[in-house]
Amino acid sequence: MTAVVTNAPAPPVARRRTYLSYVGSKVLGAFGSLCFVLVLNFFLFRVLPGDPARTLGRGRFRTEAQLEAFRHTYGLDQSLPHQFVTYVGNTLTGHLGVSLRYRVPVSELISERLGTTLLLVGSSTILAMVIGVYIGMIGAWNRGGPFDRFSTGSTLTLYSMPEWWLGLILIAVFAVGIGPFPGLFPTGGLHSLDVDPNSLQGWIDTAWHLTLPVLTLTLAFLAEYSLVMRSSLLDELGEDYLTTARAKGLRDVDVRRRHAARNALLPTTTLSAISLGYVVSGAITIETVFSIPGLGLLAQEALSIPDYWVLQGTFLVAAAGVILANLIANLLYGVLDPRVRS
Amino acid sequence: MTELLALRDVSVSYGTLDGPLPAVRGVDVVVHAGEVVGVAGESGCGKSTLASTVLRLQPKSATVSGTVEVLGADVLTMGWGDLRALRWAGASIVFQGALHSLNPVHRVERQIDEAIRVHESGVSDDAIEERVGALLEQVGLPPARMRAYPHQLSGGQRQRVMIAMALACRPSLIIADEPTTALDVMVQAQILDLLSGLVKDLGVGMMIISHDLSVLADVCDRVLVMYAGRIVESGSAQQVFSDPQHPYTRALSGAFPRIGDPAARYAPTGLAGDPPDPRELPTGCSFAPRCPRVVDRCREAEPPLLQLEGERAAACIRVGEP
Repeated sequence: MTAVVTNAPAPPVARRRTYLSYVGSKVLGAFGSLCFVLVLNFFLFRVLPGDPARTLGRGRFRTEAQLEAFRHTYGLDQSLPHQFVTYVGNTLTGHLGVSLRYRVPVSELISERLGTTLLLVGSSTILAMVIGVYIGMIGAWNRGGPFDRFSTGSTLTLYSMPEWWLGLILIAVFAVGIGPFPGLFPTGGLHSLDVDPNSLQGWIDTAWHLTLPVLTLTLAFLAEYSLVMRSSLLDELGEDYLTTARAKGLRDVDVRRRHAARNALLPTTTLSAISLGYVVSGAITIETVFSIPGLGLLAQEALSIPDYWVLQGTFLVAAAGVILANLIANLLYGVLDPRVRS
Repeated sequence: MTELLALRDVSVSYGTLDGPLPAVRGVDVVVHAGEVVGVAGESGCGKSTLASTVLRLQPKSATVSGTVEVLGADVLTMGWGDLRALRWAGASIVFQGALHSLNPVHRVERQIDEAIRVHESGVSDDAIEERVGALLEQVGLPPARMRAYPHQLSGGQRQRVMIAMALACRPSLIIADEPTTALDVMVQAQILDLLSGLVKDLGVGMMIISHDLSVLADVCDRVLVMYAGRIVESGSAQQVFSDPQHPYTRALSGAFPRIGDPAARYAPTGLAGDPPDPRELPTGCSFAPRCPRVVDRCREAEPPLLQLEGERAAACIRVGEP
């Protein structure tokens, strides 16, 4: 027998510190990105061509005095560094400016509508993730079979459709109704006018209103998850450690579940956390098509005015969402895959 | 002596888009308890395919003929339940390249105890943990290393983990498929010591597969040399290594210069060319296109494995000719 290899095992404390320093570096990185977005958000709207006062005023101001008054109200007559300091200070204290259209603080508008968008995009993402991963898994296990060919073809078709177009088709079929079939769902909005949104009936009513938009987004997101899961599982299925697991006498079901599917879920985790970050962008078209009062519709309306501070606010929230989701993805990945920690 | 493994006239062919690919053609191997049998040959000669057929691990596209008996049971015809019970508990495999053969996201402990839990029910968690620790100690690793992930171990340590895993269910037969290929020479020697020590201590039978004839000569009792899916020479390890009869074995042993033999050291003899495509084997002896001793007769018919004195055999019609 050979001598015992003297290789001191890493003490658990050191290993915990490895994960903590991993978390620390990721949090620091996310904080850095957030600061960058904060700065970018300020200058992005300042480098736009034209005079903000004239653009915003759109001919409403007849005299120089009116323009000056407008500039003074919004602090545009101050120097750029001064404006920047004010902007950073206000943003950090939660003041995002006042909407030109609604005449209420932007932060109030956003917090009012964020929940709706999170409900819409969040539930579609979760549905798409669960169904997509499942489809991808079954497809990979029966690669080239009828299910695999059908699912790959149909998810790709759905993926290539513009989501607003898919939404319109669904409205035409299920909300308006075709021929003898009556419409089953409302064509838009979030609540019926005669129902109290804070009652049980109101909840059911909201769910009924959200069915079609959630269905549309789920179908649109589905392909990404199923294709990523399918290809990463196919990669895993060729790995040697699955042969080891089979040689150990595990049932095929256990080999797939404990070893292959578990490891194939890693890329899918990243994807889902990142797409959760695209809450606003994903919602713009769908909220417009279904007239759902969420962040997307808010941004779309703000663009057409243009409601300068609302745009700046939604941009900031959208960017913060992406950064936060990335951070969550990184931390989750660190838990799931021991290799990235070291 | 009991026959732990008996392969008789085993042929394996893979179904490919270009038609069947015969990887193994009519091979006989017998391994007894307490015996180490080596299988040598170049990449693609069918030796790893042979290893996978022992536990019926070959891919679905492969068709196997002949009989494969492990501990007296016919592996090719048994039901899935019996096969799963035989895997690892009856015979286990030390796979090559332990980095890929271990699951990267599970701790070593979990990968070893998984095998124990599959085959033995009613063992308490504490008892299993103790056993995993003892197994690691047996292969020369500190038991605390069970908490490590594969990427935190060196190549030699991973191979030790793989061996500990192979011993987990106390099998009677161990197949070692290129157990030292990815390791440096010092670690290679340690692993080989470990393997041959285990055979002595535990009385198990072992089949070691390697492309390195010198590795096999050190640890094996008997050695089989494969070329293009067939056995071309067999005999005791020392005889095959020091007095090869088949020209292919001669080339294989000449490829590794021996210590203390300056002539071999300055001019290691290699072998030109590649093994033939199994789909387009030449008529006659499949080694003929690369053989330095080839004559016209060689291309007429595939030479049978001729019995020589003792347990030696060689598949060459020119054996004994000057």
